[in-house]
Amino acid sequence: MTAMQKKRNRRNPRRVAVNIAVHILLGILAVIWLLPIFWIILTSFRAEPGAYTNTFLPQGYTLNNYVKLFTDRNVINFPKMFTNTLIIAIICCFISTFFVLSVAYSLSRMRFAFRKPYMNLAMILGLFPGFMTMIAQYFILKSMGLTEGSAIRIGLIVVYSACTGLGFQIAKGYFDTIPRSIDEAAIIDGATQWQVFTKITMPLAKPIVIYTVMTSFIAPWVDFIFAKVLCRANADQWTVAIGLWNMLQKEYIYQWYTCFAAGAVIISIPIAALFLYMQRFYVEGMSGAVKG
Amino acid sequence: MSVRKDEYSVGKAIAKGDLYTKLSAVFMGAGMAGHKQIVKGILVFLCEIAFILYMINKGLGHLSQLVSLGDAEQQKVWNEAKQIYEYTQGDNSQQILLFCVVTLFIIAAIIVLWVLQMRHSYKLQKEIEKGNSVPTFKQDIVSLFNGNLHITLMSLPCLGILVFNIVPLVYMISMAFTSYSKEGEHLILFDWNGLTQFRRVLNMQGNIGRQFWHVLGWTVVWAIFATFLNYILGMILAMIINRKDTKGKAFWRFCFVLSIAVPQFVSLMVMNIMLQPNGAVNVLLRNAGLIAPGASLPFWTDVTWARITIIVINLWIGIPYTMLQVTGILQNIPSELYEAAEMDGAGPVRTFFSITLPYMLFVTTPYLITSFVGNINNFNVIYLLSGGGPTFVGDTAGQTDLLVTWLYKLTIDQQYYNLGAVIGIMTFVILTIITLVTYRNSASYKNEEAFM
Repeated sequence: MTAMQKKRNRRNPRRVAVNIAVHILLGILAVIWLLPIFWIILTSFRAEPGAYTNTFLPQGYTLNNYVKLFTDRNVINFPKMFTNTLIIAIICCFISTFFVLSVAYSLSRMRFAFRKPYMNLAMILGLFPGFMTMIAQYFILKSMGLTEGSAIRIGLIVVYSACTGLGFQIAKGYFDTIPRSIDEAAIIDGATQWQVFTKITMPLAKPIVIYTVMTSFIAPWVDFIFAKVLCRANADQWTVAIGLWNMLQKEYIYQWYTCFAAGAVIISIPIAALFLYMQRFYVEGMSGAVKG
Repeated sequence: MSVRKDEYSVGKAIAKGDLYTKLSAVFMGAGMAGHKQIVKGILVFLCEIAFILYMINKGLGHLSQLVSLGDAEQQKVWNEAKQIYEYTQGDNSQQILLFCVVTLFIIAAIIVLWVLQMRHSYKLQKEIEKGNSVPTFKQDIVSLFNGNLHITLMSLPCLGILVFNIVPLVYMISMAFTSYSKEGEHLILFDWNGLTQFRRVLNMQGNIGRQFWHVLGWTVVWAIFATFLNYILGMILAMIINRKDTKGKAFWRFCFVLSIAVPQFVSLMVMNIMLQPNGAVNVLLRNAGLIAPGASLPFWTDVTWARITIIVINLWIGIPYTMLQVTGILQNIPSELYEAAEMDGAGPVRTFFSITLPYMLFVTTPYLITSFVGNINNFNVIYLLSGGGPTFVGDTAGQTDLLVTWLYKLTIDQQYYNLGAVIGIMTFVILTIITLVTYRNSASYKNEEAFM
């Protein structure tokens, strides 16, 4: 497009009108998308108790909800849940990252008889409702004695990380985009496959490594259903997600509603920050996965 | 490939193997030990010993109960000395079934190991006959970090998948053929009862069957809306943001991405609360005078409202995701295509439907299938938003229940384990059919090079 054309376009009234309309539309959409987030942040500072109020905006503001969340440990022990989840998340993060990257690298770079069957199997297993295995997993953990007391934590770790080898697609897509000629050159220079994996592919695939670490770390924070099935009434083993969910149940909601909002905000800030940081890796992995 | 397989088949190993190879049919690992791979041979032999010990101590006992699934009831016995009733331990069918499944898997594993070691011994024998050197144990270990790295890397993940995905699945599937259910008090002792539950689910006249078809219908409608609306609207949003003339692209993208950066269960619970009869949205509408004071819009109490609300909220979650995913791919569309369209005088709508959409459908069909599957199995959205309700009296399934959430209710709330398993299997069958049909008919399968 020449400079002349550009100038003409900018002056074109129809084009200006379209541009204004587009920006207004985006503005309205952005308000709709951000409204719930804005509302929950305001609610977390709300001074009036109870779940429902007669006004959209709070009448008074206070920090007490946050204080109560971290100090009132009798009914719902939020600090304990926070440490529970943190421990689980850190351990899961190590195991799942290793699993995902290992599987993705093997499928992308190595050629072996079991490769195609494994990928087909992963697809087939993905078609079963995840919840169906959950019940049986519960029975298996029960027969291993991992469903009582503090063993629940081990049970949760096992369940969150054991099957992560099935979620290799995005990492594999990314590995596929790294030229194989780099590996081949290294192998000619006498590197072993292990060295290629750790010293060449990993540094080159840094975005996807970071992405995998983060998703593995986030998973235990946001899983809700399996933790609920496994922890049941063992309140001292609850993770953050179950704790927050319980705050909204009939028996607690009046007392705990604003604290729920505070907890939601506190949990969301680090997770949102991680997510915003890793989204570009996700986009890169996605376009790699689609191409490959 | 097939030639090599034939060369070292089990049949040949037994027919043409030397003494050691033949011996390893009974004493696993003998073939390796006799062919200079002593450590490996001993390890394999130890596996066999462990297997035999397991079978004698536990395995055979479990398998003997596979047919009956146990029938000793728990007994109340009067203890004279302590003056109390004591309970003797009865059989627990659910445990028996689990142990049987595990034992069957162990047997399958030892068979696989047997076949592998037979072929391996025969191969070793041939190599020695040819005068080739046989890799030592140390060389084998080294190769695990080089040529056989995939074995090192994948064995643990595969073990995890086997124990915590495949075994549970087989166990769950086998449950569908039993009477394990609260109905008729079969929670501790139950028996095989064949296809009874399948018949019940498929029978449109029965209560359960009627609910099944109902839930299935809504599940499919939901999945279609959730997948395609998100897809198309998300793509349009991405295109609007990426227009040449749009100012502040990064800012707009940030606004939308922020909503998915918040953990999904948090935003879903917040939405649920906001849309309650006295929730923030109704309050806002009342204060604005759009609805009468004290009145409220029936977001969760009316069937049609609940369904539409769920789809709309899912758009709130899904559109930013699609936007994020397709942004990169949209920029890959060859610009010549657009230039050609502009020359032909095609407007934006025409361009979208003739160029963008076909291209995107072509490239992202696998992604669409995955997201369709994800939506059919979308537990969180339904469970945290409407909880499946509103529910008719006497029904186990609510009007917005998907097959997965119904499965949850049937197993966790009602304890109809066998029915739940049947629903799970039906979901799988439906998904398999849909996946295969769409994939076979997709442009990327039929015509692989259309856009290359």
